Amino acid sequence: MEEKYIKHRYEPIHPSKEEWPVVKLARERKDFVKKVSGLAEEKVLSITAHNPDILKEELETTLYREKLRIKQNPWVVDPDDEATFWGDVKSALVQISTEGGKSKKEKLEGYKAILNRITSRYAEEIASNFKHSHYKFTRSVVTFGFSRLLNAARVKGFKSIFSNQYTLQDKIQITGETDQLRDLASKGTVVMVPTHFSNLDSILIGWVISVLGLPPFIYGAGLNLFNISIFAYFMNSLGAYKVDRRKKNLMYLETLKTYSKEAIQFGCHSLFFPGGTRSRSGMIESKLKLGLLSTAIEAQRANFQNGLNDIGGKVFIVPVTINYHFVLEAPSLIRDHLSITGQERYYQENDEFSNSYKISKFLIKFFTKGSDISVSVGKAMDVLGNYVDKDGNSLDKKGRQINTRDYFITDGEVSVDHQREEEYTYMLGKRIVEEFHKINRVFNSHLVAFTAFELIKKKNKKLDLFDLLRLPEEDISIDFQEFKGACEMVLKKILELKSQGLINTAPHLSQPMDELMKQGIENVGMYHAKRPIVQGKSGDIGTDDMSLLYFYHNRLTGYGLEKLF
Amino acid sequence: MDSKSSSKTKTVGVIGVGSFGTAIANMLASKNPVMVYARKPEVVEEINLQHTAQGKALNENIVASLDPEELCKTCDILFFMVPSSGFQEVVRNFAPFLFPYHLIIHGTKGLCLNLKEGETLDTVQKIGRNQLLTMSEVILHETVAVRVGCLAGPNLSKELTLGQPAATVIASKYNEVILEGQSLLRSEKFQVYGNSDIIGVEISGVLKNIIAIASGALAGLGLGENAKGLLISRGMVEMIHLGNALGGSIKSVMGLAGIGDLVATCNSVHSRNFTVGYRLAKGDTLEQIMGDMEEVAEGINTVRVMKAFLETAELRAPITENLYRVLFEDLEIEEALQFLMKYPFNVDVDFV
Repeated sequence: MEEKYIKHRYEPIHPSKEEWPVVKLARERKDFVKKVSGLAEEKVLSITAHNPDILKEELETTLYREKLRIKQNPWVVDPDDEATFWGDVKSALVQISTEGGKSKKEKLEGYKAILNRITSRYAEEIASNFKHSHYKFTRSVVTFGFSRLLNAARVKGFKSIFSNQYTLQDKIQITGETDQLRDLASKGTVVMVPTHFSNLDSILIGWVISVLGLPPFIYGAGLNLFNISIFAYFMNSLGAYKVDRRKKNLMYLETLKTYSKEAIQFGCHSLFFPGGTRSRSGMIESKLKLGLLSTAIEAQRANFQNGLNDIGGKVFIVPVTINYHFVLEAPSLIRDHLSITGQERYYQENDEFSNSYKISKFLIKFFTKGSDISVSVGKAMDVLGNYVDKDGNSLDKKGRQINTRDYFITDGEVSVDHQREEEYTYMLGKRIVEEFHKINRVFNSHLVAFTAFELIKKKNKKLDLFDLLRLPEEDISIDFQEFKGACEMVLKKILELKSQGLINTAPHLSQPMDELMKQGIENVGMYHAKRPIVQGKSGDIGTDDMSLLYFYHNRLTGYGLEKLF
Repeated sequence: MDSKSSSKTKTVGVIGVGSFGTAIANMLASKNPVMVYARKPEVVEEINLQHTAQGKALNENIVASLDPEELCKTCDILFFMVPSSGFQEVVRNFAPFLFPYHLIIHGTKGLCLNLKEGETLDTVQKIGRNQLLTMSEVILHETVAVRVGCLAGPNLSKELTLGQPAATVIASKYNEVILEGQSLLRSEKFQVYGNSDIIGVEISGVLKNIIAIASGALAGLGLGENAKGLLISRGMVEMIHLGNALGGSIKSVMGLAGIGDLVATCNSVHSRNFTVGYRLAKGDTLEQIMGDMEEVAEGINTVRVMKAFLETAELRAPITENLYRVLFEDLEIEEALQFLMKYPFNVDVDFV
């Protein structure tokens, strides 16, 4: 089932690592961290209007939440002195409020000192630890390791260990606007926004970036991934900065956003998973976390304010979708999704990649059974979601050149208007979701999962989703011919949408229908103990696990394909 | 791609010199120089030479131009005051000269259709929300301008021209648009409110025209104030349900742009929509009315569009539905009234 597609060899766009923005940033790490903490401090002060009472309240809230976090949800990665640090903050706070006779100004100074300690600590924690030697090593381990495994699995016999018959690019197809991405990355600053389905994404996308000859991107990775030392090593050396989702206090969020904004302004290419966490439902992200996204807009505006009006100061947003036949964590993701649907609740991070046995088991499965991954790179946009041409000029819907700077202008000058930028962030988020849908590549596994689930739903019209998912698996059976007819119908619609540029497909979708369905059924969730689709001896279609089927089906929601049933 | 330098007195652009456009241009001109756009050369000439527009007096601070490009170059802020039937076309004419720094505020109460080429309301019969565009959505759709607002509220042009006290709402997602609009328009006799729910405000302005036609009909039949009270309150409920279905919030309907405008229009013999209803009740046909009205009554088009929308939305809007039948299906107005009186409205208010 090998597919024909062009495997490129990409030369690095900056051959010398000295030119890599991330290396420059690492060199100046100390000053940079200081700058970030200072700016975050200023931001918090301006939000609290330099009022000692409001600031005190913010500090107390932060202290309270942090102490609660330490007690209720400690992680391995947390520093040993957490308790001491927050203990000190507490006594400093108590001291200021009990000491009588202090003027308002003196009090403010006191609280500012505490604030400074907190933002400095956060900035230090967030900042990445990029080391070029580690990066090089990691890259070769990932490439070497992956391709050894691959060849061992595909080419029989002892010699396979040394075979170069298959390379990683056979398994991981990188398609789309790769040349434009390389071009723009050498001229301006790129913010890549991929969809997020699996913990593997972080490493995968790091590898893709290096294959494309791009210098490493910095990216926010969940602090929980740093719990596992091998992951921590990979993450650190790939340029990850740390995002701790447990910390939701103002000071932390401002420090994090400042870090991201300053790094983009510094010229570091950067990557966010705009959905925040992995998509639990299996759907393409439709609501994005706007916090980090807003930093791209802020950085762009700041560049214009500083007179950087040429392409060197321009920020480009590049959406990327990643598709798998199989997501290792799918069962627990969908379980989480179903239990939190309709209610926001705090849940403990649960990691399926929690031990090396599970990871190696996954990797071996992944490479021994031809499961494909596709990474499609979308067209670059400016921070308002306008497409840009090869020289980085923004184009309006009619193809006319426009200037991104104009979006930030009032009375002829670049102005700061946070409310306006909030709206822009919201617009950008919407554009990214639109692009995700356009560049999403349909696999045969998605097609069969979608069709099977919709047929079951149609047969049980009276049931709501949760009742549907509780249907006894043994009661579910779809006639094969009916299934085939429905698959053909869905595929036809998908191809129609494709011709309008609203979706994309993997090349294997052009196979004859029987072969396509056979492989689709084989591929969908191929390593799960309970298979999302099973075919009985009579050829009828059933399932071992409705929730899993729902998860893989969700990949194709958002295109109106449900209306076909 | 030129960005203009700042200047203290900014020229404000007004597109369209109908009655409302003229009133707004005059109000703007008391504070800032104004450039208006008119399509007909003779109108431009009249304005520039005699300071009148179709006989109505214009402030001397107002100059006119035929050239969209000139307006876009001269003004950062543009008020689009054209009827909804020509709105899309006018916006398209301006689109090539508009840049993202332009602020646009429109004062048009109507809906446009976003259909595929060759399709019309007659061929599609039913339309979904994504095929309906409010005027701000038309602007976002056709141009690169994003900082868009709308002007709504009880703004009967004749009263504004006379300088009688009035108020308006400027709705926009962008605070700066609201603030800019307020500073340009606010005066001792003109209060300007802000609202961030632009869709809700636009929809309220559109829907109240339907109720205004009905109100005119009641007046034409000579049915008295109790009946009008009934109509206005039922009309408001209908506006809320329809507004919700179209993406507006209840709050906007309850505000100046909704209920304020509704009350003003339903009582006004100056209102074009009211006049349509009034004349229908007096026995004129729609063709006769349309034939000798100087300016279009938006409500007629709105009734058609909403009827098509109701085909896809799961809700009933008895006033709109019956008005449609009166306007386009020869239902007698008395019969429609009978129907409304028998309609099972069990609950007075079911949305709060």
